[in-house]
Amino acid sequence: MKIKKSPARIAFEVFNTLFMLFIVLITVYPMYHVVVASFSEPYQLAAHSGFLLKAYAPYEWGAYRDIFNHPLLISGFMNTVIIVVGGTALNILFTSLGAFFMSQKGPMLKGVVAVMIIITMYFGGGLVPSYMLVKNLGLMDTRWAIILPGLIGVTNLIILKTSFQAIPDSLTESALLDGASYLQIMFRIMLPLSKATIAVLVLYYALGHWNAWFSASIYLRDRGKFPLQLAVKQLLESDSKFAGDFVASKHAQLMKYGIIVVTSAPVIAIYPFLQKYFTKGVLMGSVKG
Amino acid sequence: MLKKRIKKDFSRYGGLYLLVIPVVVYYIIFHYIPMGGVLMAFEDFVPRRGIFKSDWVGLQNFITFFKSYDIWRLIRNTLRISLTNLIFGFPAPVILALLINEINNKYFKKFVQTCSYLPHFISMVILCAMVKEFVSTNGFVTQFLVDWFNIEKVSLLINKDYYVPVHVISGIWAEIGFGSIIYLAALSGIDMALYDAAAIDGAGRFKQVLHVTLPGIAPTVIIKLLLAIGGIMGVGHEKIILLYNEAIYETSDVISTYVYRKGLVSGEYSFSTAVGLFNSVINFALIMVANKISAKVSEVSLW
Repeated sequence: MKIKKSPARIAFEVFNTLFMLFIVLITVYPMYHVVVASFSEPYQLAAHSGFLLKAYAPYEWGAYRDIFNHPLLISGFMNTVIIVVGGTALNILFTSLGAFFMSQKGPMLKGVVAVMIIITMYFGGGLVPSYMLVKNLGLMDTRWAIILPGLIGVTNLIILKTSFQAIPDSLTESALLDGASYLQIMFRIMLPLSKATIAVLVLYYALGHWNAWFSASIYLRDRGKFPLQLAVKQLLESDSKFAGDFVASKHAQLMKYGIIVVTSAPVIAIYPFLQKYFTKGVLMGSVKG
Repeated sequence: MLKKRIKKDFSRYGGLYLLVIPVVVYYIIFHYIPMGGVLMAFEDFVPRRGIFKSDWVGLQNFITFFKSYDIWRLIRNTLRISLTNLIFGFPAPVILALLINEINNKYFKKFVQTCSYLPHFISMVILCAMVKEFVSTNGFVTQFLVDWFNIEKVSLLINKDYYVPVHVISGIWAEIGFGSIIYLAALSGIDMALYDAAAIDGAGRFKQVLHVTLPGIAPTVIIKLLLAIGGIMGVGHEKIILLYNEAIYETSDVISTYVYRKGLVSGEYSFSTAVGLFNSVINFALIMVANKISAKVSEVSLW
């Protein structure tokens, strides 16, 4: 059945399509601008003002060579990889342990643990007490200071708990009768049956670690331990004391753009393939535990 | 009797309790010890003497804060940023979702969605670096405003009047697409039969949106709105620290950035903790009030 469209509807659809193209343009243009600027001829770029429709010739790729050879960026990348891999693994382990406990019916202390966890969603010690804790634990200038304080995200725990609860109790019960330990049940039954949820949580935790810079900026002094985002922040802030060698480079401006491209590219490149997991994560997070 | 029950509980669930011990230890160390640490708000805390041996000063830190010139500036800036964000940033993804929902072509729809989600995946450090470039003296945003609105050709971030718009608009740019996901899901959950029924009753497309679509996504919108209202005094520090500078503290300094600067930059530990505690008490109260209101106006509640 084909319904004839009213003129108002057609006008709306035309407007809507144009508006959507406008949205696409304003999301994509800034990224395009940065990419194009990153290999433009530096002097013409420096004199340029306003929108940049194409790169200035002759193209100058030197900034990228400098970026890939910059010691702070290389060590930053390695540190970030360590934190993303190690941190996410620990996040998943601890979140699973908590979620597994909360998903089981019966234990008397379950309510107590639940309240203990939920309170932390609404109240925390704040910046200085947390900082003092890390200091007193002797974690200053270590990667643990970045990984440990955020081991468990409550929303993630609730998401995983909900997913565990969807697994029939009979599976746990028969495994217990067969002599399996709770640890085995968690690793052999619960986690394999919740792969999709785990995938979502891995993405969220990993992206969080990849983007994080603030806790590193307050807990780390040693430049060699800086994660990528903090290294980038230090390099981009030209008033920073670390930036001396960098500003002196003739590619300084190009390098700014190049760094933006290089550090964003990995996530931007893989995100479209993982889009459905991210979407799923948003929806899971909105489901009440 | 109770003893017997406890014994039975432990013999049955002992293995389970063992598994949750690391989690409980984590919460005690990294959440409850810092919560106890707020006591330093009532002390003249000296790290060397520790929390138990520092001198108690009662409410002195709070009084200093309430009497300071800074408090009104901080509250005003915090409210200005979050209210501007509530007015412009909150409806933006709802409207985008409604418009995306009206796209007929499946591929075009997917294309628009994928593009609009992209900025969400740019890290805060990079996002702010981009914003700073674009609003710098030669940036395209500045140039555009110079050409069309005749403003002075200087970086927008040295003029205090432009901080809030730059903050809010860049936030909308980054999150409008990703924020629309949840509303799109709510939209796709609306029963098609309702549209058919409305059409039979003579409702045109616009009337259908008004009477079917909007009520359909209202619960989601209300929950999100409540969360936003609950967080109105909780403007985060990360983005502001990356964007602001001393010349524009007048409009850009909020409670959380002040807590950061006082506490970790100038080392006024007790004072900073007091300001932070004042802020979290208000945040907590706001969340409670927001939830109470929602429970009254509808069955939608945060819990």
